[in-house]
Amino acid sequence: MNPLSPLGGLGRAILNLFAVFGRVALFALDAVSHIVRPPFYPREFALALLNIGWLSLPVVGLTAIFTGGALALQIYAGGARFNAEAVVPQIVAIGMVRELGPVLVGLMIAARVTSSIAAEIATMKVTEQIDALVTLSTHPMKYLTAPRVLAALITVPALVGVGDIIGIAGGYTVATQNLGFNPAAYLKNTVDFLEARDIVSSLVKGAAFGVIAAIMGCYYGMNSGRGAQGVGRATKGSVEAAAVLILAANFVLTGVFFSL
Amino acid sequence: MIRMENVHKAFGENHVLQGMNLEIPKGTSMVIIGGSGTGKSVALKCILGLIKPDNGMIYVDGKDATKGDRDAFLARFGMLFQGAALFDSLPIWQNVAFRLLRGPLKRPADYAREIAIDKLRRVGLKANVADRFPAELSGGMQKRVGLARAIAAEPEIIFFDEPTTGLDPIMSGVINDLIREIVTEMGATAMTITHDMSSVRAIADNVAMLHGGVIQWTGPVGQMDASGDPYVEQFISGSAEGPIEAVR
Repeated sequence: MNPLSPLGGLGRAILNLFAVFGRVALFALDAVSHIVRPPFYPREFALALLNIGWLSLPVVGLTAIFTGGALALQIYAGGARFNAEAVVPQIVAIGMVRELGPVLVGLMIAARVTSSIAAEIATMKVTEQIDALVTLSTHPMKYLTAPRVLAALITVPALVGVGDIIGIAGGYTVATQNLGFNPAAYLKNTVDFLEARDIVSSLVKGAAFGVIAAIMGCYYGMNSGRGAQGVGRATKGSVEAAAVLILAANFVLTGVFFSL
Repeated sequence: MIRMENVHKAFGENHVLQGMNLEIPKGTSMVIIGGSGTGKSVALKCILGLIKPDNGMIYVDGKDATKGDRDAFLARFGMLFQGAALFDSLPIWQNVAFRLLRGPLKRPADYAREIAIDKLRRVGLKANVADRFPAELSGGMQKRVGLARAIAAEPEIIFFDEPTTGLDPIMSGVINDLIREIVTEMGATAMTITHDMSSVRAIADNVAMLHGGVIQWTGPVGQMDASGDPYVEQFISGSAEGPIEAVR
């Protein structure tokens, strides 16, 4: 065996990884360019708004309320070790708005929306519906990708905002009902502690995560293999890629907003 | 007229088309026959630009098919896909009138719906099918809807990809007759790919046999049985003995 074989394999893997990054970047640029160039498909856009935004509200709301409640319990228990129980409102607010709200909503969107977009478009590819679109003089990027990416760009920040509020409400409910906090003082502490930068960072993260989730779903759907296995692989790959990229983007954006 | 000159297409090591030449005169119906995996669908998709050939030229009415306004080029075509390829999320009438609801051929929705229902009637479907969804229809009905969609914008050229695959013999006969009637009535140029010999006899003016990436024989359908070509003879007889390997 050639002693350099493992290095060759590693090199190929790295080159393949860069090739994938390149393809995804070109796909994303193409998708964004189709958002601003006519023709536009308002019906597809409205459906995407409904599917990505409105229909994601229940899962986002439930995730946020339980997370906010659990966060309050954890901070109270942890704070009690050094007599800092009183910081529950501030830490719940900052934890939800800066980190947990956007990340959990992003991951929920990856699970719910990215998978559904990838499976739908991959099935359309497998059943020749994408080819049919082309023969009917309709660009698949314009008809399928652009409306979904634009809808995610608009609705996911809104979902993050709703998730932040519901998460804080979850913490408020637990703190005031179980931990003996005064409701008015809790709310005052929350509002006083949050800064505009916290809220802006939360919404910007939401927009970035929304775009990542939609683009990954569309990319994997459009590039799926044949048959049921191809659709399954596209769906799995899209969720994995979206989740990892969302967490990586979260790290970068946190650095941009709070470390620089 | 459609002309393919020395068209090559490979997928990795699999050289599907290896210098395919074919001419389809305007207003005629050409049927391409050949076994599974011989590149019939690839040839068709190369003409439409869904697949880019590695080499060779394709002309439609003397113009290079890869150049010029793509929307205007595709507006001349209608296509019936093997599995009908109807859009699951749209009701039947919107599938049929898809081209008339958007893009350069856009018409008011009421008018587009009228045309869709008219085309559905033309393929033997009742108006009450219009508001149903593709998943609610049988395979034969879906094929008819696909046919209605292919002719909705009255294209000059219509492609049929395995129009009778998966249908029972009676429904196959109905679809074959419909295709023949519609092509004759519209004066369209038609290209059909199939391995169903009953379709060939019902639809074709001319037949081309594709094997090994090239056209082995082409001629009028009336001469097919006496072609003298061993590939065509084996294909018609369905024999395992001959130049076409039974196990590929």
